[in-house]
Amino acid sequence: MRIEKVLRSLREEGKKSLIIYITAGDPDLKVTEELVYSIAEAGADVVELGIPFSDPLADGPTIQQASQRALNGKVTIPKILSTIEKIRKKSSVPIALMTYYNPIFYYGLDRFVAGSKAVGVDGLIVPDLPLEESKELRGLTERFGIELIPFITPTSTPERIDAITKVARGFIYCVSVTGVTGIRENLSLDVAEMIRKIHPYTDIPLAIGFGISNAKQAKEMIKYTDAIIVGSAVVKIIENYQNDLSALLGQVRSFVKSLKEAITEEI
Amino acid sequence: MRKILPDQRGYFAEFGGKYVPETLMPALSELETAYWEAREDEDFQRDLQYYFENYIGRPSPLYYAKRFTEELGGAKIYLKREDLNHTGAHKINNTIGQVLLARKMEKKRIIAETGAGQHGVAVATVAALFGFSCAVYMGEVDIKRQALNVFRMKLLGAEVIPVRLGSKTLKDAVNETIRDWVTNVRTTYYIIGSVVGPHPYPMMVRDFQSIIGKETKEQIIAIEGRLPDYLVACVGGGSNAMGLFYEFKDDQEVKMFGVEAAGQGLITQEHAATLGVGDIGILHGAKSYLLQDENGQIKEAYSISAGLDYPGVGPEHAYLKKTGRATYVSVTDNEALKAFQLLSRTEGIIPALESAHALAYLPKLIPKTKKEEVVVVCLSGRGDKDTEVVIDKLGVE
Repeated sequence: MRIEKVLRSLREEGKKSLIIYITAGDPDLKVTEELVYSIAEAGADVVELGIPFSDPLADGPTIQQASQRALNGKVTIPKILSTIEKIRKKSSVPIALMTYYNPIFYYGLDRFVAGSKAVGVDGLIVPDLPLEESKELRGLTERFGIELIPFITPTSTPERIDAITKVARGFIYCVSVTGVTGIRENLSLDVAEMIRKIHPYTDIPLAIGFGISNAKQAKEMIKYTDAIIVGSAVVKIIENYQNDLSALLGQVRSFVKSLKEAITEEI
Repeated sequence: MRKILPDQRGYFAEFGGKYVPETLMPALSELETAYWEAREDEDFQRDLQYYFENYIGRPSPLYYAKRFTEELGGAKIYLKREDLNHTGAHKINNTIGQVLLARKMEKKRIIAETGAGQHGVAVATVAALFGFSCAVYMGEVDIKRQALNVFRMKLLGAEVIPVRLGSKTLKDAVNETIRDWVTNVRTTYYIIGSVVGPHPYPMMVRDFQSIIGKETKEQIIAIEGRLPDYLVACVGGGSNAMGLFYEFKDDQEVKMFGVEAAGQGLITQEHAATLGVGDIGILHGAKSYLLQDENGQIKEAYSISAGLDYPGVGPEHAYLKKTGRATYVSVTDNEALKAFQLLSRTEGIIPALESAHALAYLPKLIPKTKKEEVVVVCLSGRGDKDTEVVIDKLGVE
């Protein structure tokens, strides 16, 4: 249960955590590997790696296009797992896989969870698998020691928050807005209210994601939680610099650093 | 006691469920509660009945297609004339039901996906009827193919939003509508067009469409004094088929055939035979059969009929297939085109290309039937909308 452990111990030290999302295989898996090292070195505490899916209905245009680029490069689950295996020889940064349910269902849930564990994956995030449908997968992640990270959103009712927090592992992915992933100018005021609703039920680390796209917003959002998740803004940099690897790594590194500083200053 | 399906979790045995982001889960519960209330609510049912009769023009006739029957030379063929409904297809049965529900739930805005535009038109129609603002998502490719329906939706006051990512067809229009719903869930009602999507949609759409089968049963008993031997309907998502089949599901002597689009043939990649050759998977909120590749990525479906080219299918059809209660077959574009012409020439009825798929199975089924047997085919829509596509294929000569 490494992700939860990392986030908790940072919290005990009075520190906040940074979680960075990229799509595996965007623009290719070799670059993904390099990006993971850069992102970890620049200060990310957890890396969230997306397994591309043809129909990513919780994602906005930026991550949709990243998924498409990855799929155009014929990225598959076995290729992603072997990339993680390579990464594990050089980096121990906690890794959570983000995927929609169909690709792993079709691959075989047990085969997927066992395979993920074997290469050193720590957590799993499945945006279209709500609590009610997650029993089978949860049985496997519990058995293999992978943290199945759930979502809570501004529309979650107290009953749902109660039930979700009871089975949460790793952290709770708190969705900042009703909506899909993507860069937003203004973040909603739902966040404070949502976090207030969750606190009575759990002390597991909370991470806010969806829409956070710059240091200013990072600083604003970290006030409410233990961690922030930034995805689309990083993916946008990858999109812009996909043909220039050294510029790409440099840009991503300095962006991640700026986020890390923003959440660190706050303490 | 007979088992009532779906179960409380929205499953038809292993199919169905609610595979959606957490943001939508409370909305689905709210919808389910409102729907169960509406089912018991006399005012709601009276309104539904009123619009069925006075707006849609129900009941639709069950018509004995005498010359078509003689042409095929076997069982008597009856057509359930959903093509005569207002807006020209069965789609309106569902959109009327759901818009009444949206009104009851005090939502402000209606959204929907559309492929060919038939469902979009049916949604824009009821949104106009009840004064809702309305947005319809439609793939860019489909917008080009179906200019007439795009114009009709706009005329009815709906905003047609082009979907430019992914395959730019129905499947991506559904994704984009779900994204809108996730974003505006508090004020917006999503009218799904078929027996697909997360629970309670497959149940709800089935129930609104089951008027087709209920009327058919009464009508055939009045005319023939007995139940039909065969039911035949086309299956894309499967709402007209489900609407016809549901009332007969416990009448074991009634054989049910769902006809999928084999497009250019099942050995090509160009088809939409989800139940025929698909595998089990999860798309658009439900577990059912899907067209997918060896990595669980969803494949694009193809059919000459835009209403059938969907890579998923309603979970209850998956259940009827698995239990063997219904049989699913497929016919090619060319077979459907022949049936399209044959019905036009023998009966003076131009069927929708979707419905032509159901008709196109008859040349295979009828030779195995006896003359005293009875077949009911759901003529789910009229074919005016398809004339351009057919001209493209056959020429004007």
